[in-house]
Amino acid sequence: MRVLEGVAVTKYFGGLAAVFDVNFHVEQGEVFGLIGPNGAGKTTLFNLISAALLPKSGVIKFKDKNITGLKPHQICRLGVARTFQTVKIFANMSVLDNVILGALFGASTHISAADAQRQATALLEFVGLSALTAVPAKDLTLANQKRLEVAGALATQPELLLLDEIMAGLNPTEVAQAMKLVARIKDKGITIIMIEHVMKAIMSVCDRIMVLHHGQKIAEGTPKEIATSETVIKVYFGEKSHAGS
Amino acid sequence: MDIVKAISKKPFEPVFILFILILLATLPLYAAVYAVVLLTSIMMYMILTVSWTMFSGPTGYISLAPAAFFGIGVYASAILGRILPLPVVICIGSLAGFCLALIMGALTLRLRGIYFVMFTFGLVELLLHFILWYEVNITGTTGRVVPTVANTTVYYILLIILAILMLTTVFVRNSKYGIALQSIGEFEEAAAHRGINVNALKTIIFAISALFMGAAGAIMATRWTYIDPKIAFNPLLSFLPVLMAIFGGIRYLYGPIIGAAFFTYVEEFLITRFPYYYMLIFGIIMVVAILYMPDGLVGLIQQLWKRTSGETDEGT
Repeated sequence: MRVLEGVAVTKYFGGLAAVFDVNFHVEQGEVFGLIGPNGAGKTTLFNLISAALLPKSGVIKFKDKNITGLKPHQICRLGVARTFQTVKIFANMSVLDNVILGALFGASTHISAADAQRQATALLEFVGLSALTAVPAKDLTLANQKRLEVAGALATQPELLLLDEIMAGLNPTEVAQAMKLVARIKDKGITIIMIEHVMKAIMSVCDRIMVLHHGQKIAEGTPKEIATSETVIKVYFGEKSHAGS
Repeated sequence: MDIVKAISKKPFEPVFILFILILLATLPLYAAVYAVVLLTSIMMYMILTVSWTMFSGPTGYISLAPAAFFGIGVYASAILGRILPLPVVICIGSLAGFCLALIMGALTLRLRGIYFVMFTFGLVELLLHFILWYEVNITGTTGRVVPTVANTTVYYILLIILAILMLTTVFVRNSKYGIALQSIGEFEEAAAHRGINVNALKTIIFAISALFMGAAGAIMATRWTYIDPKIAFNPLLSFLPVLMAIFGGIRYLYGPIIGAAFFTYVEEFLITRFPYYYMLIFGIIMVVAILYMPDGLVGLIQQLWKRTSGETDEGT
């Protein structure tokens, strides 16, 4: 079943087509990778899906329901959660409160405070932060802040999770932990779309990958197909004739 | 939130609050008239400050509109005071404040930072000059006479409004909306993506806070007997609640209350003792307070308490 589908999604910033005529779909339960050079429109596409931005034209469907034009909180309550490229946590709130918030306002609206706290505690254990629940979020390391953001997003009980560069700026050990975390979220039955520049991670974790370049889709396929695609190699490394010139 | 939980764990707190309430409720029976009058103005500032903090404290949206909502309440009282009984007038005054804030909130809460501050202050000036224009050109007189009410009646009505306001504040703080307001202050965009309808929540809490300001205006008008737009929409009533809240400690439940009480009393004390230097001394106290008590009076007391009782500061 298609969890998410985009038809001819287009977004301009002034005269620049940040995302142009992109068609895509995401199957239930898969990890869908989104790659491309800087400025390719990956984060813009995330912003369009999560309704931080409105598309100029095109349609985005979540479980066959048209969600274009909804507000961010409505998208979240339908079951689409996201993280941000630059972590957006609630810095002066405790780690626990950061996660409780998602549980209280996410997909299940009628939840008791005690249940929200129980869920939040379980999720903090899931991402490996249970020792730090009382700490203000701003005191965490970058890797832990990213984990916290993932836990906060998971607390809204999403069916689809958008992860925007959760491995950027992490050291190799932390990247390995983050990869494991993505796999464990997938095991929960949550569909994932992830933007990532860490190729090793993208290639080993994703089921399918879409490549964006200058706002347009230039390739889509399994990690193996993408790794051997000539168009993708051209975009990333340039054409042979240009080398050395 | 943790502070509230920590405080409410203390068993003597409800007893203490009950004691204070009984003390305040019986005060007019035995205290001098001066004490009642002083407490009346203290409670007026408490209502403005606590209701201001309900919205602006956690969200960080600095509203300079209290004078607008207060003034609307004053005019509700001035226009309807002769026709309707006092409780109805107060209800209409608070409703007027609520509706005005609802409209203003829907229009302006998209603005952030300094733009929001300027707009809310502009609202006070706009209403002041609109009503001034209306009174001069249409009614023909600038001011209005408001039917007076006994001092003790004003006192008790303010006490009731303050009690309801405190209950509302505690309820909001402890509900899920308390934590949501805080998250809006921390990172509004992220809050929206966690399923919070940020615009609706901001607007409704803004309007609820204005409801109490309107009520305070409606009852205070009866004390002044004569009002005109410049008295009703006095810009000081926008600035003082902000200063009092910061002085007392915005983050704490009792901060605004203590700030308002302390501030009003000090002002009264300085005016009577040092009529020529009072503004100067007042200004110095304010500057020192902001420099050395970033967490306000309550924050300072709590820090000292922790230090003397040997507990470690966990940053609350």
